This record gives sequence, structure tokens and C-alpha cells, in this order.
Amino acid sequence: MSLTQQELINLKKKGGTGFDIQVIRKDFPILHQQVNNKPLVYLDNAATTQKPQAVIDSLVAYYSNINANIHRGIHTLAEKATSAYEVTREAVKIFINSRYTEEIIFTRGTTESINLVAATFGKQVIGKGDEIIVSAIEHHSNMVPWQMLAQEKGAVVKVIPVNDEGELLIEEYKKLFTPKTKIVAVNHVSNTLGTINPLKEIIAIAHEHSVKVIADGAQATSHLDIDVQDLDVDFYAFSAHKMYGPTGIGVLYGKKELLESMPPYQGGGEMIKEVTYEGCSYNELPYKFEAGTPNIADTIAFKAAIDYITYIGKPAIRAHEQELYNYTVEKLSSIKNLKIIGTAKEKVSVASFIIPGIHHQDIGILLDQEGIAVRTGHHCTQPLMSRFNIAGTTRASFALYNTKEEVDRLEEGIKKVIKMLG
Amino acid sequence: MNSTSTIKNIQEEIIEEFNFLEEWDEKYAYIIELGKKLPPLDEKYKTEQNKIKGCQSQVWLHSELNGDIVNYYADSDALIVKGLVSLLVRVLSGHKPSEILQEDLYFLDKIGMKQHLSPTRSNGLAAMVKQMKMYALAFSSKLNS
Repeated sequence: MSLTQQELINLKKKGGTGFDIQVIRKDFPILHQQVNNKPLVYLDNAATTQKPQAVIDSLVAYYSNINANIHRGIHTLAEKATSAYEVTREAVKIFINSRYTEEIIFTRGTTESINLVAATFGKQVIGKGDEIIVSAIEHHSNMVPWQMLAQEKGAVVKVIPVNDEGELLIEEYKKLFTPKTKIVAVNHVSNTLGTINPLKEIIAIAHEHSVKVIADGAQATSHLDIDVQDLDVDFYAFSAHKMYGPTGIGVLYGKKELLESMPPYQGGGEMIKEVTYEGCSYNELPYKFEAGTPNIADTIAFKAAIDYITYIGKPAIRAHEQELYNYTVEKLSSIKNLKIIGTAKEKVSVASFIIPGIHHQDIGILLDQEGIAVRTGHHCTQPLMSRFNIAGTTRASFALYNTKEEVDRLEEGIKKVIKMLG
Repeated sequence: MNSTSTIKNIQEEIIEEFNFLEEWDEKYAYIIELGKKLPPLDEKYKTEQNKIKGCQSQVWLHSELNGDIVNYYADSDALIVKGLVSLLVRVLSGHKPSEILQEDLYFLDKIGMKQHLSPTRSNGLAAMVKQMKMYALAFSSKLNS
């Protein structure tokens, strides 16, 4: 199945074709295996999702049939590869509803997208004494690049506080703005807590102060409909591998006028127009930001992931995951002393929890013995862990292929673990 | 524990003990029990300097040279790691630095716990073994000087 642009647009408008969990599970070969002699229960989807057969097939087909370097060759394979690569860009445009195709920059992933903005736009607008606003629930990848920039420029990083439910305090956020505020960097969805931030409102408030916003969408794109025009977001970063696509390929969306005014990120092939010994001129968007031979195979296979999600439809995916989350909360709430961290009203299907007196690592090791894959630790959000006064959590994060039976296995697993460690 | 046992003998003893445990949960239950039984490290030794920081759990390691014998004392904030720490202390503590440096640690592999020693497990155990050997090396040069 490879969808045309028109099919993608139509399916997106229609909300997809719906959901049959048994069919979906068959699409993911990795799920059907034993881990430690138990059927695998994969609940680490916020770290990375598994790949449907269509994505795997696309990778194999690329290397089997059309591998060539893109954009420069005039031979047939180069043209086929270039065309397939650019088809993905068109698909991403539709997926996030950007106005122009050239607003889609391919990167290695969310982290590189954010670093790109910090190293180009960030360096342009941030001076000594200026201020960058981040939130208390950022992943390190949307915190550290800004701290590094602030350190280099003598700027200040300010933090939007969070309440005990894991929701950002918007009234406090409003108070952080001063004439020195130049950038707001915030995630759309928290990787640790699952909180869906009111991104549109956050952006509108920043724009009232003429401040640009970069959103980390890594945890949002597989769950929520993304419309960058409706959000009016200035930059939006995400990764393919968290939405059933390959690793090593991500996107930076940026408003065209901003991307045009920014200096290049890296120098090399592809990003130049003309080079002499004296200097060079830069290529047009989006190539100005894509120096060197890109990750062609994974970019092409990324299209298969976009097709897959769009074909099923975000509304059906969201409904299924929400049902799983509600079921999980119901099941876990019955376990004595277990406390869910992150109880925002608006959440994706992420259940982070602690059991006082039991180290999260012990839980993770023993659940693994039961064939259950969860994530334990600080989830690259150490400041957030300090905010909640905990060392780490155990996190079960769900995807479209998870089932209630798997939640039952998780519940049984946790009960067994408590018995063993108690 | 027989104080005259060699490092190799103690490793064989542990392998023997684990041979009786067939299911994974029996093995881990035993390790958890060892973790609980390990005497807590004196607070004065739980210093930043003695801390071996893993990504998820932490290990504290203190060592002393008594005569020509090295004694290790260790602790962890996670129970399974603490159990494994207890085994490592049991194997390496009470021996001469030269023995500690020479002997190969193979028992974790034989009892099916090798994966916890992988440097990517981010639990500080691999770093702890390295640190134990470093102390032995330092004590060894002290004895020889």
C-alpha cells in the first residue's frame, strides 16, 4: 500500500478507515515473539514504537531496487530515489498541514531539529541578558540545547512551573514574559507524564509578546492530529521512529519566512548553490538545511509509516489508546500503594507510576523476566523528577497495537514483582 | 564463608547454590534476599567519592586494606543490584590485591546474571567491578612500594 497525495488528503479528511486490533497486530512482526519464554508485551512505545511490515518492506525495497544518491545524479536510479525521497516530504506536509513543502526539513530526529533551531535561529536572536522560556516537563533534548545557548550568550533560561497533576501553570507562564524574552521552547506532549499541553494557547500568548515558539512534538505525532497552521507554531520538531517509522529520521517544520532568514546549520554538499575558493552561496529551502547525503532509505520508508497512520486514522487510534489508558488506570489503581505520576486532564496513553519502597529498576528487571517491556528511570527529565521529589518512575506507554490482555499481564506482573520485593 | 577460600572456590560455591534454583523467579528471589541481608554501608562511607553513579541505580563502594588483605563494603539503592553487589563482595573481599587482579570473574555468567554486568545496563555494576579492581591495583602498588 502506497497512498497518493490525493488519497492521503482524502483519508485524513475522512479520519481514516478505522480499527481492527487483530489485523493491526498482524502488521507488526516483532510483536509475535517470546521474551524470556513469555509472549512479549511491549509497553515502551514512548521510547520508540515498533514498525509495521509496510515500513520494513519499504526499507528492503529501497536497497533492493532503487538505492542511489539523490538530487545530483541524472541516471534512472538517482531519479527514482530522489522522487521517492521528495514524496515523503509531500506526505509530511499533508500529515502536519504545513502551507509549503519547503517548510519541511529532514533531520536525524527531534533532538537534531531542536539543536538546529538553537544553533541558527537561537544564535541570531539571543543576546546577552536575553531570556528563553522552557517548561518544567521538558525532555533534556528541549532543555539542554537552550541551556548551552544561554551559557554561550550569557542569556537566562526561565521555567514554566507545573502543578502536582503534571499540568503547566499558564497564569505563571504569562508572568515570565519580559521585553528580554526571545524564545519559548515547550513540548506538545510530555514523554514522562503524558500531559498534553495547551500548545495553541501557549503559542498565542508568546505571539502577543512577539516571541517565537519551538514545539517538541516527539510524543504527539503518533497520537494527536497535528496542524501547524492552526497551531500557528513557528517551529515543530518530531521523529519518525516514535510514529511507527524508522530510526534516524526526523522533521523540523519551520515557517518559511523564518527558515529563509536563518543561516545554514551545517556546511557541505546539497546545501550550497555555488562554491568558489573565495566563498559560497546557499541553496534554497529546504536544501539549505540538509547538508550532505541524507538518510535516504529511512526517509523513504517514513512515508509508509505516514500512510499507515493515515489509513487507520488518528481518531480511531486515539480512541483505542484512550480506552487502554483508562483500563490501565483502573487496573493499577487496585494495586496497594501504587501511585500514578501525571494525572493531567488532557493526556495521551502514558502511565508513569511509583511504588514507595520499591526501586523502579527492580520493577523493570523483574517485569522484563515476565516478558514485559517498560521504561524505568528519569526518562531524560531529571529536573521534573526533582520537582516531584522522586528518583524515577516505571512507565508503561501504549501504542495502537496494544491490548487489554497486555494490560492484564502488566497488572499481574506488577503484583508478582511487589510480592517478590516486598 | 571460609576465609581461606580462593576467589575461584567462592565462585564455584555460588554457581553450585544457583544450580538448585531452576526458575527465574527463584534465582531473583535469592538475589533479592541477599540484597536484603547485606549489612547497610555505614553512612560515613556513603560519600560522593564512593558513589558509582549509574543512570538508574547507584552503588557505593568502600574498600580497606587490612594487612595484605582487601576488604570491600558496598551498598545500592536498588534491591536486585544490591544482591548482585553482595555476591561481588563475597567473591572479591578478603583476598590479596594480586589475587583480585588476576582472577577472572565468571560466576555471573554461569548463574545467568551476566546481562546485569553489561556496561549498557546503566546500573553501575560494571563500573563497580572496575572500581574494585582499581582499588586492588592501588593497594597492590602500596604493598610493593
